[in-house]
Amino acid sequence: MVLVIAEQRGGKLNRATWETVAAAQQAGGPVAIAVLGAGADAAAAELAAADVAEVIVVEAPAVAEYTADGYVLALAALAAQEQPALVFLAHTYQTRDFAPALAARLGRALVTDVTAVKKTGDRLVYVRPVFQGKLNADVEATGPAPHLVTFQIGAFRADAAARGSSSAPSRTVAVPVDAGAIRQKAEAPFQEARQAVDLSQAERIVSVGRGIKAQEHLKIAEELARALGAEIAASRPICDAGWLPMDRQIGSSGQTVAPKLYVALGISGAIQHLVGMKGSRTIVAINKDPEAPIFELADFGIVGDLFEIVPAMIAELKK
Amino acid sequence: MKIAVCIKQVVTREWQLRVNDAKTWIRDQDASFELNEPDAYALEEALRLKEQHTGEVVVVSAGPARAAQVIREALARGADRAIHVEADALAAADAVTVADAIASAIRDERFDLVLTGLQSDDQGFGQVGVVLAEKLGMPHATIIMEVQAAESPSSGSGPAALRVKRELEGGWFQWISLPLPALLTIQSGINQLRYATLKGIMAAKKKEIRKVTPSPSAEPTQRILNVHFPEKAKKTQMIVGSPAEAARDLIKRLREDARVL
Ligand SMILES: Cc1cc2nc3c(=O)[nH]c(=O)nc-3n(C[C@H](O)[C@H](O)[C@H](O)COP(=O)(O)OP(=O)(O)OC[C@H]3O[C@@H](n4cnc5c(N)ncnc54)[C@H](O)[C@@H]3O)c2cc1C
Ligand SMILES: Nc1ncnc2c1ncn2[C@@H]1O[C@H](COP(=O)(O)O)[C@@H](O)[C@H]1O
Repeated sequence: MVLVIAEQRGGKLNRATWETVAAAQQAGGPVAIAVLGAGADAAAAELAAADVAEVIVVEAPAVAEYTADGYVLALAALAAQEQPALVFLAHTYQTRDFAPALAARLGRALVTDVTAVKKTGDRLVYVRPVFQGKLNADVEATGPAPHLVTFQIGAFRADAAARGSSSAPSRTVAVPVDAGAIRQKAEAPFQEARQAVDLSQAERIVSVGRGIKAQEHLKIAEELARALGAEIAASRPICDAGWLPMDRQIGSSGQTVAPKLYVALGISGAIQHLVGMKGSRTIVAINKDPEAPIFELADFGIVGDLFEIVPAMIAELKK
Repeated sequence: MKIAVCIKQVVTREWQLRVNDAKTWIRDQDASFELNEPDAYALEEALRLKEQHTGEVVVVSAGPARAAQVIREALARGADRAIHVEADALAAADAVTVADAIASAIRDERFDLVLTGLQSDDQGFGQVGVVLAEKLGMPHATIIMEVQAAESPSSGSGPAALRVKRELEGGWFQWISLPLPALLTIQSGINQLRYATLKGIMAAKKKEIRKVTPSPSAEPTQRILNVHFPEKAKKTQMIVGSPAEAARDLIKRLREDARVL
């Protein structure tokens, strides 16, 4: 059995859970989905539409709200009871927080950030990015079952998850979790001061990455943005350095945008950046490295020095 | 506070990757190396905590002899001493092997706080920190963007607990409290980095680097069969020519083909 661990908050399912269900269905064999935390029943009802053997609602009052310790205790107990062959999870920030500890507690392999599964007979080979997506590695998990696998967001399509002809059976399982053994105390999630700019509505965006090299060079990107009628945005390192405010950051920790035109200047194309902009209609990448992963996604690419190409673009637009 | 910071040496982002003959990893003999980015932020955070609360900052790196480069750099930035878990096999080992090696090297030192980066630029497991916490029996919190350590009024022996800001997706955050000793994985951007001064570089020469040979650890939990360059998912139209020609061609296509201008 492939056991998918769903992610939900207050009954609202993380979309990536459906992607993980799709991955599990493709891996073959029966699939079960486990849901835990406050709101699990509502999320389980939604997941019952999937073509899976069953949906398991994990009952453990101590894990109503997420904590790393709570999830490790609950899921280690669940794995011992259910004996899955594989445990699949979405590679969300929450999964990053507990899955390595869960695997270590169980003494089992964990393969993270997987983008594809190759199957030959019974053997599964996982494809995962290394070197910030510049290379892919084919990886084999070793040691006894269950192997734990986390899937990169967007690697599988949520709508590829097969739905069943009738609702999947649901089962409630109580697992013992000692609330006193949970060492983290979590406060409610919050957003930093209201975002001043809403880039999700921008029609065109010029986005700068570390290739811009210095803060004073930002002005050529800003000039290009003006000439294109575009908003300025950036990859994380630019905002980390304080060259642009956090609310101009595109990516998994920042904003998600889908403009008509997205121009990436000196951005390598790490997955955490791509998830924030891959829905853009037309993507232009300007990068001096022909192997930069951003070119895998771009509609138009220019390999070259942005300090030569951007001024030429500005001149062209001003003609 | 006695703080350990786990630092990894990785190839520079600028280095053009070359795959080894067996196609199982890179050929890094002629590569240039640097400190893994979030680890630099972890070190900075440790130095700041030491400035506030006194104590000691010890950097720990597991890797081949060349990792001494990033160890010296960290000492020059202000770390007090270093532990180098040295073995060639650690250059491309799986997360559990690395965490095992570090755990055995630091367990007896009884650190109050262990900091790691959240992810390495080369392997990108996002695992070593959290697995290490589990091996050391410490609570952990990940993707941390702020650390608050209040002196406990009673003990007078430094903070007994932390309140840390964890990054969630899409611009959300969450505060977590946890008792010390603990392990945190640090996110890039948590602070502004300081760089080594000449004085720091000179001082580093006298600092202790303890070398440890890892005892043969448990079986690795995963194995790389081969590495390959990714295939392009989309048909990218590459535009060539001089900068002026390429710019003209690009603007024309954005106007006429893509109709986005
Ligand atoms: C949990 C987590 C969350 C993250 N969240 C985000 C996020 O929300 N947003 C985000 O962007 N990142 C995020 N990151 C970081 C991400 O992994 C990458 O490190 C980051 O996106 C890299 O930014 P970059 O492309 O600007 O820099 P680099 O990867 O350093 O790339 C710089 C590029 O510039 C090119 N270049 C250099 N000079 C020139 C020149 N003169 N002309 C043209 N090209 C040039 C280089 O070839 C290179 O490709 C996150 C990471 C983690 C682990
Ligand atoms: N060989 C190593 N030596 C020291 N620290 C390491 C090593 N590998 C990983 N780490 C630490 O663990 C973090 C996460 O790495 P990873 O699990 O490889 O993504 C890094 O940011 C480092 O702080």
